[in-house]
Amino acid sequence: MGATHLPSTEFDGTEVDEQREASAETVLGGPGVEMVQLLDVDGKLGEDEVYSSYAKRLDPEKLRGFYADMAAIRRFDQEATALQRQGQLALWVPLTGQEAAQIGSGRATQPQDYIFPTYREHGVALTRNVDLAELLRQFRGVSNGGWDPKETNFHLYTLVLAAQTLHAVGYAMGIQRDQQLADAVGSGADAAGDAGERAAVMAYFGDGASSEGDVHESMVFAASYNAPVVFFCQNNHWAISVPSTVQTRVPLANRAKGYGFPGIRVDGNDVIAVHAVTEWALEHARSGKGPVLIEAFTYRVGAHTTADDPTKYRELAEEAVWRAKDPLDRLEKHLRTEGYADDAFFEKVKDDGAELAAYVRRTAYDLKSPDIRQSFANVYAEAHPLVAEELAWFEQYSAGFAEEAADEASEDAR
Amino acid sequence: MTTMTIAKAINEGLRASLKSNPKALLMGEDIGALGGVYRVTDGLISEFGPSRVVDTPLAESGIIGTAIGMALRGYSPVCEIQFDGFVFPGFNQITTQLAKMHSRSHGRLTVPVVIRVPYGGGIGSIEHHSESPEALFAHTAGLRIITPSNPHDAYWMIQQAVDCQDPVIVFEPKRRYWLKGEVDLDSPGPAADPFKAQVLREGTDATIVAYGPLVPVALAAANAAAEDGNSVEVIDLRSISPIDFDTVTASVEKTGRLIVTHEAPTFGGIGGEIAARVSERAFLSLEAPVIRVGGFHMPYPVAKVEEDYLPDIDRLLEALDRALAY
Repeated sequence: MGATHLPSTEFDGTEVDEQREASAETVLGGPGVEMVQLLDVDGKLGEDEVYSSYAKRLDPEKLRGFYADMAAIRRFDQEATALQRQGQLALWVPLTGQEAAQIGSGRATQPQDYIFPTYREHGVALTRNVDLAELLRQFRGVSNGGWDPKETNFHLYTLVLAAQTLHAVGYAMGIQRDQQLADAVGSGADAAGDAGERAAVMAYFGDGASSEGDVHESMVFAASYNAPVVFFCQNNHWAISVPSTVQTRVPLANRAKGYGFPGIRVDGNDVIAVHAVTEWALEHARSGKGPVLIEAFTYRVGAHTTADDPTKYRELAEEAVWRAKDPLDRLEKHLRTEGYADDAFFEKVKDDGAELAAYVRRTAYDLKSPDIRQSFANVYAEAHPLVAEELAWFEQYSAGFAEEAADEASEDAR
Repeated sequence: MTTMTIAKAINEGLRASLKSNPKALLMGEDIGALGGVYRVTDGLISEFGPSRVVDTPLAESGIIGTAIGMALRGYSPVCEIQFDGFVFPGFNQITTQLAKMHSRSHGRLTVPVVIRVPYGGGIGSIEHHSESPEALFAHTAGLRIITPSNPHDAYWMIQQAVDCQDPVIVFEPKRRYWLKGEVDLDSPGPAADPFKAQVLREGTDATIVAYGPLVPVALAAANAAAEDGNSVEVIDLRSISPIDFDTVTASVEKTGRLIVTHEAPTFGGIGGEIAARVSERAFLSLEAPVIRVGGFHMPYPVAKVEEDYLPDIDRLLEALDRALAY
């Protein structure tokens, strides 16, 4: 054997295949890959040196809340999928399977934190009090946004993968400057607050987007300026039809090492662990210690979107394996075993879900189509002569039809 | 009145913005201790510190993307892109994110980001350092694009860009960075509106519309034409998006002939847009087709032949002859 760093002269590709297989095991999580898990598939709560103390902060009321949130967002997801199938939405992006990753992380944020989602974070939206019916606006084709990000500190969905990770870092750099400005006027302690009241930023993205250059650049910038940002990667194993093993040879959390900040893989179907790890990371960021990468190891049980067909690229057996790790079942077992919740609770959750679904359905039907004049209105913040000219033309053109209609009406009257 | 170069005028304009607006800040590669590769930000880091004059990692998408985030937090970042040809790694952030944020948020979010891009050729430089990509950005709704051609405009336009609530790309004519001129530091005067064109020289026989680095060339061509007895009006467009078609149309209604010149290739360029608009607005005033004088449909050529690529006085005069011969 020669030096291992030199390419083999007998290279025929086998080594790469072997290496890829070996790395697939690592990426997919074999023995020896560290992953934070507190609640196992049987609903039993384990111990963790760092994170158990965070889990202990959760009283039964909070745990029931997590379950109710996860059940609500799953019900919402089903309803939105049905609305798409009935032609009421152009497209839907289902999240089923990722409830724990989203509710656990979203519930760990504080109101002053700012969240940059990608486009599947309906569960996080719920935790930020975004009206879920508003989420449908984009998918019904009546808005490219839908909600007021300033009201909820939950940014608009971003469809160009990973672009928002840079926005998140820039926003975090702004938070740092706010603190400097507050310090400069001598009111530092009051204005910036203690670490607990300071703001941090969450940047959501997926295993597919992790390959985008913007994720790399955002981590470089975040590390350079020690920005208070938590990168939250939901590794749901599939970027449409391409498995995560094509995106990476190492667990995605390991990449943080290369940037010089902590990276943690957490069981993304364990809402308690996700919540604990995210709380830890946000505290880390808020207290000025810099960025953290969390890889929530989870699974997209459904399709990428309602236009996708997973039977073309993956085995049903694989889906079954992950269904057995279902985040809701796991927490239900825990709540029941500990005596934190009874049948009445789960019945109520079901009823609430039906009510939410009815509300969403009703509101979706009522989402009015906008007027194109609104599109003219918001191209620029300040007056723009070309937009004004084209709008004036459009008004005149539309008025022609109105006159025609009026003429026809008066002719009919005669 | 103070005499200074365009580079110094932008430097002074940035200094004024940083002084008056505590939320304004600069970001870019080598803009701190070095003062930028063209020294446009020279001395600003020692005056305002590294939080407001930010040397960034070498990543253009990162610069624009984080600037968007800072704008969302209430800041007014001014990004420097080192050279025209290096704006493209940031193109995605500029066109898919920056340009659309206000629109897709129903006007709830504003992103007052300024992007400074030294552009154009004529400096004998290597590949990717001499391009004029303005049309690629002008095609994108949501962006404003301006380009000063003299120190007074440079001083005021950079500050107006910082004050604007929309994203503004400032294309800076790099081969004119050392062009000197008078700057009125107290009042913008005729530069009050950065999106309005200016008639720099009145004439009656033909109009030349130019912007950025070619404005001095257009003025020189007009002087040469005057020696032959032809009276040429010269308009400095100043703003590429929006374009002040009123000023251009009024001029063509007077002269009947229009030549548009820019370093960028003519195909799909700003000249074509101006020609189309003028034919719609002033068809009956035209005595000749609108003639475009610009770069060829080729990657920007090597420095040793760029003289043959760039519009110059002779090419403008040749175009003028054609227009007058109609």
